[in-house]
Amino acid sequence: MISAKDVTVARSGRKLLNAVDIQLLPGRFTIVIGPNGAGKSTLLKVMSGEMLANEGEVTYFGAAAHLHSPEELARRRAVLPQAVQLAFPFTALEIVRMGSVAQGSLQPTEQARKALTRVGLLGFEARPYPSLSGGEQQRVQFARALAQVPEPVVEGMPRALLLDEPTASLDIGHQISVLEVAREFADAGGIVLAILHDLNLAAEFADHLVVLDQGRVVDEGACVETVSDRTIGGVYGISGAVGRLPAAHIPFVLPQSRYR
Amino acid sequence: MRSLALPFRTEADGDRSSRGIIVVAGLVVLLFAATLVSLSSGPTGVGLGELWLYATGNAASLPAQDLVVLEAVRLPRTALGIVVGAGLAVSGAMMQGLFRNPLADPGIVGVTSGAALAAVVAIVLGPTLLAPLTMILGNQFLPLMAFCGALVNTWVLYLIATQDGRTSTTALILSGIAIGALSAAVMGLLIFLADDRQLRDITFWSLGSLGGATFGRVLSILPFVAGVILVIPFVARGLDALILGDAAAFHMGVPVQRLKKVAIVAVAAACGSTVAVAGSIGFVGIIVPHLLRLVMGPSHRFLLIGSAVGGGALLLIADSVARTVAAPAELPIGVVTALFGAPVFLFLLLGKGGILMRDMP
Repeated sequence: MISAKDVTVARSGRKLLNAVDIQLLPGRFTIVIGPNGAGKSTLLKVMSGEMLANEGEVTYFGAAAHLHSPEELARRRAVLPQAVQLAFPFTALEIVRMGSVAQGSLQPTEQARKALTRVGLLGFEARPYPSLSGGEQQRVQFARALAQVPEPVVEGMPRALLLDEPTASLDIGHQISVLEVAREFADAGGIVLAILHDLNLAAEFADHLVVLDQGRVVDEGACVETVSDRTIGGVYGISGAVGRLPAAHIPFVLPQSRYR
Repeated sequence: MRSLALPFRTEADGDRSSRGIIVVAGLVVLLFAATLVSLSSGPTGVGLGELWLYATGNAASLPAQDLVVLEAVRLPRTALGIVVGAGLAVSGAMMQGLFRNPLADPGIVGVTSGAALAAVVAIVLGPTLLAPLTMILGNQFLPLMAFCGALVNTWVLYLIATQDGRTSTTALILSGIAIGALSAAVMGLLIFLADDRQLRDITFWSLGSLGGATFGRVLSILPFVAGVILVIPFVARGLDALILGDAAAFHMGVPVQRLKKVAIVAVAAACGSTVAVAGSIGFVGIIVPHLLRLVMGPSHRFLLIGSAVGGGALLLIADSVARTVAAPAELPIGVVTALFGAPVFLFLLLGKGGILMRDMP
């Protein structure tokens, strides 16, 4: 279990996170939603151990995150950052293999191939990363995270995937398939935290939904309870939006995974 | 799509490890050949035949003059060329990894100037103001001073050009030019203070040359360059991860701050110490890593060690050219490396996907 207790992060006089309590449980897919500037990425940075909280602390199975060495943390959790650009032409395989190496794999190349296959990029191994499209780059990075925690549970200890907007720059089919891989990871006993902007995807995939606004957790729980006119209206400033069909002349496409 | 993709896996499966090993092995052969060329070329008649006699233990059958040429001139010069070339190329490759930017060459961004400034300080003030240090450190005084100068400039450059773990090319090149210009200006002031003999020392040395090589000089910088080469296995994986950014490197278990400190010190040690004995020899730190990336990919696992071997080979070849084209006169070696290197730099700026047009992440 990874948990944040009473975490406050302040930068240049502004509280990016304000007394946030959150628990990431094994087997649970936690999704964080919230408007721009709500503190979602900051939350992910604190949970990954990358950023130190001013008050409160983040613990990995009871021990404070900053007491773990970077190597230890790397074996417990993998992180998918937002868009990564490179100045050097690494191949897709070489990028993903960095994840397997970080995990301490004895066969990093094989593991990297498996991870690329899981994100549907088999055959892209030799492609230089800078020449890939934005969505393909995003999936290569996701594969790198998967290669770093290939097993959701190792010797009884769950591993974690922390995903910062994993669906950004992906088409709707790949948005679903990426979240399905994350879903499988959670179902197998792993810990998953994802930041999403698409409320429909969040509502469909989240076991536990956290609504963040102005650095505070304003609501959390099952989607049925959290995604309501009141919350969405209060946080995003749009009213009467939940559960209503659009006017007849507007076609709409609501993503549905094969697990529905 | 999958069935189409499969046949390509064997010929280009994205794994360039074996290519890296083959290239490094090839470079070792090249270095050996370059060593033979360097030992057997020059205005006097010591050629491959004499070299063979010497190597097989028949040194006594050689004329005394040839023996002197070989032992007192060519051997130390060749050894110095290998060590200096290795140091320059490794410092370039490491710096480019640290700054995540293929244009970060110690010569271009003012690190060499820092080393040169500190070395001029040592030459001009060594006999007077810094006399106690000269006494204590002896042979190591000049390399140590140059190392400190390079360290200061690398550190300042890093602080200026890197914000939130990102280095912009514009900031890197421009602040590098500013730092280099400042160092050169201070150097100008010091040259004003120098006496005639010191002036000759400075001029000879600022042109960049392997001339006047002695085993003493080789030994004075060997600890620096050898130390940097020994560090390679510990930083290679981290530098690869760092290419994805500070945060991603940390996520993959790299102690980012420690790695950066080690890399900055290593860059300064390799660059500064070589500048101290051979002057400013430009572009080796950019040509060698760039060519190697083209053939083996950018992974530092093989790039750094390949640069060490390739840098030594390149500098020996450049030095042989410098010694022979205008024989018996000698071209400054910096002229030869710049003739090869400046076009490579331009190609990096303007060539396919030119860096000039897009700013680095």
